[in-house]
Amino acid sequence: MAHIIDRRLNGRNKSAVNRQRFLQRFKGQIKKAVGDAIAGRSITDIDNGEKITIPSKDISEPVFSHGRGGTREAVHPGNKEFISGDQVDRPEGGGKGSGGKASNSGEGTDDFAFEISREEFLNFFFEDLALPNLVKTQLTTLVQHKMVRAGYTSDGTPSNINIIRSLRGAQGRRIALSAPHRMKLQEARIELEALQKTGRGDTPRAVELKEEIERLEKKIEAIPFIDTFDLRFNNRIRQPKPTTQAVMFCLMDVSGSMDQARKDIAKRFFILLYLFLTRTYEKISLVFIRHHTIAMEVDEDDFFHSRETGGTVVSSALELMYGIIQERYPTSDWNIYAAQASDGDNWSDDSPLCRDLLIDRIMPCVQYFAYIEITADMRQSLWREYENVKETYPNFAMREIQTPADIYPVFRDLFKKANSA
Amino acid sequence: MKKRKVISTSSEWTFDLIERYHTEIARVAGQYRLSTYPNQIEVISSEQMMDAYSSVGLPVGYHHWSFGKEFLNTEKRYRRGQMGLAYEIVINSNPCIAYLMEENTMMMQALVIAHAAYGHNSFFKNNYLFQTWTNADSIIDYLVFARNFIEDCERRYGHEEVELTLDSCHALMNQGVDRYKRPSRLSLRQEQQRQKEREDYRQSQINDLWRTLPASNRATDSAANGRFPAEPQENLLYFIEKHSPLLEPWQREIVRIVRKIGQYFYPQRQTQVMNEGWASFWHYTILNTLYDEGKLSDGFMIEFLQSHSNVLAQPPYFSKYYSGINPYTLGFAVYSDIRRMCENPTEEDRYWFPQLADTDWVSSLDFAMRNFKDESFISQYLSPKVIRDLKLFAVLDDDTRDKMEITAIHEEKGYRYIRQALADQYNLGSREPNIQVYHVDRGGDRSLTLRHTQYQRRPLGESMDEVMKHLGRLWGFTVRMETVSEDGKVELTHETPIEKRKLSR
Repeated sequence: MAHIIDRRLNGRNKSAVNRQRFLQRFKGQIKKAVGDAIAGRSITDIDNGEKITIPSKDISEPVFSHGRGGTREAVHPGNKEFISGDQVDRPEGGGKGSGGKASNSGEGTDDFAFEISREEFLNFFFEDLALPNLVKTQLTTLVQHKMVRAGYTSDGTPSNINIIRSLRGAQGRRIALSAPHRMKLQEARIELEALQKTGRGDTPRAVELKEEIERLEKKIEAIPFIDTFDLRFNNRIRQPKPTTQAVMFCLMDVSGSMDQARKDIAKRFFILLYLFLTRTYEKISLVFIRHHTIAMEVDEDDFFHSRETGGTVVSSALELMYGIIQERYPTSDWNIYAAQASDGDNWSDDSPLCRDLLIDRIMPCVQYFAYIEITADMRQSLWREYENVKETYPNFAMREIQTPADIYPVFRDLFKKANSA
Repeated sequence: MKKRKVISTSSEWTFDLIERYHTEIARVAGQYRLSTYPNQIEVISSEQMMDAYSSVGLPVGYHHWSFGKEFLNTEKRYRRGQMGLAYEIVINSNPCIAYLMEENTMMMQALVIAHAAYGHNSFFKNNYLFQTWTNADSIIDYLVFARNFIEDCERRYGHEEVELTLDSCHALMNQGVDRYKRPSRLSLRQEQQRQKEREDYRQSQINDLWRTLPASNRATDSAANGRFPAEPQENLLYFIEKHSPLLEPWQREIVRIVRKIGQYFYPQRQTQVMNEGWASFWHYTILNTLYDEGKLSDGFMIEFLQSHSNVLAQPPYFSKYYSGINPYTLGFAVYSDIRRMCENPTEEDRYWFPQLADTDWVSSLDFAMRNFKDESFISQYLSPKVIRDLKLFAVLDDDTRDKMEITAIHEEKGYRYIRQALADQYNLGSREPNIQVYHVDRGGDRSLTLRHTQYQRRPLGESMDEVMKHLGRLWGFTVRMETVSEDGKVELTHETPIEKRKLSR
């Protein structure tokens, strides 16, 4: 007799470990694919899984086998035209004629393609940016709390006393504690009444009963009307409150000196800030401002891909940003973040103006302002002026970077703040 | 016509119905004298089926990235709907484990029970290759041991280290079997000698002191004594396990595990046509018998015949779906024809198969199942009728000639030729390169030399370089490959030099 066993409830992810091993082993290739994907994606689209393709020769498992050449004879089915002795051409691409090599697994594609999940995609992305583990796991918060009611407790401050609950409790207690006395009292009264009706109201028994009644009434009266035990307080707890909306300003210098490689680094910088914000805010608006001597608000595609030439006046972008804040994003409703990327070039008379603009107008409105300078050259006036801003405002971060791994430290203070909150 | 008393009409299955179908199928299988291991039928979900798929059908497997790759591949193809999937997975164990997928219809479950739990099962139990090479009683235990052992190694030595060893072993997995030597045929003397070898080895592990004694005399003696190994060895993994100079004991055990698992699959690689054909023949025969008894409805049969003919479809060579001969089709055709020749032989059959004509077909089939592998099965039983039905023809591709030649087709003078050519196509000896351990330079640099004996001038594939690197990792010293061409010329075709000088500590 056979055993029939229902195994459907057993674990499903028997292959999870093997899958991880695979991803780990081909990290290099997958990271490259992720890098390419980032370049091709919109900032807001970063939060998805990705289809990864690896050249199949990289992942093949070698075994000894016959190569091409020599003689081989193969038997095939479905003859419709040949007779023995026929000479035929070799088929293109070594299909049927090449004999017993049925190992081509059907698809005929050269690449091994598979999908990775959103988490895996982000992990690979973070890895490139050298994020510490703690940050990876809690790319979250900046929590604001609000108090919400959560039932009642038996202790608290007098201002929180809930009168109805307290009195209800007191009444219950009084009823419960006086119940045995009331019963005796009632019995005594009935008996006394019976005695009085039969005219024996003066007998020693009646006197005894009267005393008993008096004693019991006193006892009942002695039960306190309200006791500390009865008090109930409204309970309020702190609940993290999601701040619902934020706006992120992306500022970038698009003058001639910003080449595509620098723009790609800048893009990763913007992506990281965006990701950070998505963990905290439900709704995020993006504003892209590019500038050379004049600043313009553009869409994402233009922002990353169009190229201009000419000089650089950074303050134009800052002014435009301030204008947009005034007009569309009142600080009472919006959390404002800004990320600026530049190669450090600025018209030197303009730099003090930038400093003043930031210190006086912009920094008071924004939660955080991050500036990166993508350059290997000497620092210029803009950097020095920005250092003054940094001294005044702790929520201003700046960094000179050359590779994507340098990006993360810009945000370090920001994350620190989030963690200690 | 008998009145039909069908078991069920709905396409939904229940455990109760599976039980009833199984009882009926078991009864019919008993009528046909199929001898099987006890069955263990497990109902699983499609995700679990993918898991089972990617661990190459082993119910318990150690962890390795290649299984992850297989899983991703299976998952992708299943999602895209390229893979209708997995009617069955059946495991050669005692009791024999067969998986039913929960998404299957009742008909499908019955088909799988007949196919796997009676067809494959009886083949596993009775075919001589399986009897010789696999041990159904202990395989699950062994797999559990293997997984635990490898997990333990990963904890101790780090999984990267273990993975390197496993990668190298996998590359040589197909060279882990003695093809011509059967394990059970050891003489007493050999048995004793082996036992002594093992003892010597253990001794050498214990008496560490001895190794530090000057042993130069002994070494030159043995080098002078000629080649080591005395005869070429075809079981590369076994040779490495026993003789590789630098492997740690745990690495030797891993080599052994991979070798044992390779050996477990060895019969399956050689009996694909026979095994699938046998299972298909029996699901067809058993379900038809049940239908004739009136136990199955017409709807059930139509659904069944549709699945059956899908599985057995053989696209012709010019079709874009063609990817070689379908082993299900070929095997089914040959077994069915054996039955036909036993029951209704023609003049031609009496001439070609006098031993079959007018015999009891059940015993004749049983004999054919027990005593052959694909190669010998085809050269013994491929009948002219099957060759004609499948319109088989043979093509010779010689790289010294401009064109390929059609050497034989399905006609009187071609039958024998085609039969021979097709049998050879299933001969593992010609399908896979013949590679043997030829020499170890024990007195000198300890290099290992392999010999590839060419078959019909076929060279080794490109992946040889990679495999040789793996071999070098396991051996620890220089490894070479020599190729022996058909006229006896020996040529060095590959060398992976490894400079490793372990200073005495």
